[in-house]
Amino acid sequence: MDKVFDVIIIGAGAAGLTSGIYSSRAKLSTLILNEGAIGGQMVLTNEIANYPGVDTTKGYVVANTMKKQAKEFGCLIKSNIKIKRYGLEGERKSVELEDGRIFYSKTIILSPGGKPRPLNIPGEDTFKGTGISYCATCDGDFFTGKEVVVVGGGNSALEEAVTLTKYATMVTIVHQFDKFQAFKHAVEEARRNPKIRFVMESELREFIGNGVLKKVSVEHLPTGEMSEITIDGVFIFVGYMPNTGSLKDTVSLNGRNEIIVDPDMRTNIPGVFAAGDCIAKKYRQVTTAVSDGTIAALSASEYLKSIAG
Amino acid sequence: MKLLQTDLHEIETAAELEKLINENENVMVCCGRMGPMCIPVYGVMEELEEERKHIKFYTMAFDNPEAQIIRNAPECRGFMGLPFVMYYKNGKVAHAVSSIQNMQQVTAVLDEHFEK
Repeated sequence: MDKVFDVIIIGAGAAGLTSGIYSSRAKLSTLILNEGAIGGQMVLTNEIANYPGVDTTKGYVVANTMKKQAKEFGCLIKSNIKIKRYGLEGERKSVELEDGRIFYSKTIILSPGGKPRPLNIPGEDTFKGTGISYCATCDGDFFTGKEVVVVGGGNSALEEAVTLTKYATMVTIVHQFDKFQAFKHAVEEARRNPKIRFVMESELREFIGNGVLKKVSVEHLPTGEMSEITIDGVFIFVGYMPNTGSLKDTVSLNGRNEIIVDPDMRTNIPGVFAAGDCIAKKYRQVTTAVSDGTIAALSASEYLKSIAG
Repeated sequence: MKLLQTDLHEIETAAELEKLINENENVMVCCGRMGPMCIPVYGVMEELEEERKHIKFYTMAFDNPEAQIIRNAPECRGFMGLPFVMYYKNGKVAHAVSSIQNMQQVTAVLDEHFEK
C-alpha cells in the first residue's frame, strides 16, 4: 500500500522549510517536494542583514541551516523534481511528478514561492549570460569600465544600480513609471550617484546584438517614440511572480495568481494550506515567509487532529 | 583549499582538471562562486550525481587563479555571467554555457552529449 504522509510541502524556500521544521518536529511524517533550488529566494539574496537575532549573513547559509534543521527532525526533501498534477480534494491528497511517481498525504502546504519576472521581449533568452543578468553582485565585475542598463523601479533595481556603479562607467535606469516604488532612502542614494542616469516612463522592447548584447530598443510610453541605447549589459529587476501556474483550477487564486488564504493559512480546500511568497499579501520578506510557514504547519497539525476524531 | 560550500568535489588546480577530463569520458564542471546564480546549478548537480554515475560532477572556484583554464577558454569568450559551466567529452569541450541553469536545461545538455 502506498505511504500516506501526514504533510506534503510544496517548495523549499523560507516558508516551506519552516513548515518542514515545525511539522517534522511535531512528529508528523513530512515530505518536501521542491522544483527549484533549496532556499528559494533566500539563495537569490546575496546577504540577509535584517533577520532578527542573526548577524548579517549569506542567504545560502540561512537556507542550508534551515534545510539541515528540517532533515534532522526527520523531514524528507526531494529537490529538482517537476510536478505534473495535484489531487487536492478529499481526505487523501496526491502530487504526481512528471517522472510518474505519485506521493500521497493527508494535508498539503503549498509554498512554491515566486520567480523573477521576465520582460518577455525578443532577445531575452538569447543574451542571458552574454549581456543580460539578474544579479549585480554576481556579474557586476564582468562590466568593469562598461555601460549598463538596469530595468526596474523597486528596491532591488535601485540598490543593484548603485552596486553596479562600482564597476560600470555609466548605469542607466529604465523604469516604466514616472515615480519609483523603492524606499525613499534607496531612491535618494541612486539620485545622488553621478554615474546613474534615469530614463523614466519607458520600457525596453528588444535586445539587439550579434553573439553578445550591443544595444536595446526603448519605447517612451507617453509618446510612443522609439530610441536605442548602446550598452554592454542589462540587469533586470522587475519583481517576482508567484509559481502558481500548475495550481490553476485547484485552489482559489486572485487576479495576480496569488493563493488566497485566511489568517490561519487555510485555502478554500479543507486540508490544503499555503504560505510564503505565493499567497496574496502585501509584504514579502524572509521573516514573513517564516511566519507564514509556521502558521501553516500548526494549522495543518490542528487539521490532522480534527480528522483523527 | 576548498572555497565552495557544496557537496560536490572541488577542483583546485588546472592540472587536476586536465587529469580529470583525460581520465573520464564525461565530465561536467561548474565554475562559479557561492552566489545566487551559481547555487541553483550546484543543487542540480548534487541531485544528478546520485543518478548519473557515468558522469563526473565537479566544481571549481571562479576566483581561484587556477580557474583561468576555464575563464580564458575560447569556448567562454563573450561569457558575462556566472557560473561558467563546462561539459567535457573525452577530454575536449563538448559544450559551454554561462549563467543560471535549471534541471531541465542541464539534463538537456547531458542527454545530448553524454548518452548512457
